[in-house]
Amino acid sequence: MDPLDRRLLEAIQQGLPLTARPYAAIAAQLGMREGEVIERLERLRRQGLIKRLGVVVRHRPLGYSANAMIVLDVPDRLVAQIGGHISRFSFVSLCYRRPRCGEQWPYNLYCMIHGKSRGRVLQQLEQLSESCGLGTFPREVLFSRRCFKQRGALYRASLVRGHADG
Amino acid sequence: MLSELQKRLLNDYQRDFPLSSQPYRDIAGELGVSEAEVLAALQELTGQGLVSRVGPVIAPNRVGSSALVAMQVSPERLQEVAELISSFPEVNHNYEREHHYNLWFVLIASDHRHLQAVLADIEKQTGLKAMLLPMLADYGIDLGFDLDFDLEWHDGSA
Repeated sequence: MDPLDRRLLEAIQQGLPLTARPYAAIAAQLGMREGEVIERLERLRRQGLIKRLGVVVRHRPLGYSANAMIVLDVPDRLVAQIGGHISRFSFVSLCYRRPRCGEQWPYNLYCMIHGKSRGRVLQQLEQLSESCGLGTFPREVLFSRRCFKQRGALYRASLVRGHADG
Repeated sequence: MLSELQKRLLNDYQRDFPLSSQPYRDIAGELGVSEAEVLAALQELTGQGLVSRVGPVIAPNRVGSSALVAMQVSPERLQEVAELISSFPEVNHNYEREHHYNLWFVLIASDHRHLQAVLADIEKQTGLKAMLLPMLADYGIDLGFDLDFDLEWHDGSA
């Protein structure tokens, strides 16, 4: 990733303009050519820096008000295999490995299920549990209550500029 | 009520958005409507808050440094502490969850040092200890979210 990639990500992270030629508009803003913007975005997508490009929906107003973070304590040697299996379910929106944090917090695998109701989410969790053989692993289900803040990740080129100048 | 066009846009265009000169015209062609209709529908969905943006989902930790953070906050202080934490520009999601670790937020910073500094500041200002949970591996491929417009679940516990 070069500085122009960073400026480009910064320019589009809050959304492409809803105009006939959105990439040309971004290009004009950055002093680039439309073709270059498109090529860079193709590459960033291929490299996985952009996980996906498209319509980003808001779950809650669409009726998906039940949101559960499931944390599991699985053996370290199995975590990648189980994580890979869990992430194949379309109702699982995220699946990450994170470090354990002492006896208080022994969990090393996290996934997220968004559903229209708590009952539905628990049903999907049971389905996941059976299919991935999660039954014996310690786990907790943390449903969300209030949302205090939610916005897309914001990367500022001025923040993400490496160490040299800041 | 959502129109058929809105439903298609919400469900079918979460990924593989066209990287072409006129992407909305391409989508219009696929859906058999006009470009103006696609743009109007997306404007409306954005205006209603159902769509946060048409844009990228950026991979965590590939740009900058991010981590999930959990805190245990007494119920009487929760609102105040949550507001303080939300006020940091480095905080992007901030949720109350049903657990004794009841406040969960995501920090995004330029690098690990910056992240640690923000976390130390939050601990100092709140007088509370935070549990830092950076991502070690991402198993998801993020295909978007499969929306179900038909089934309504009424089990009374939502």
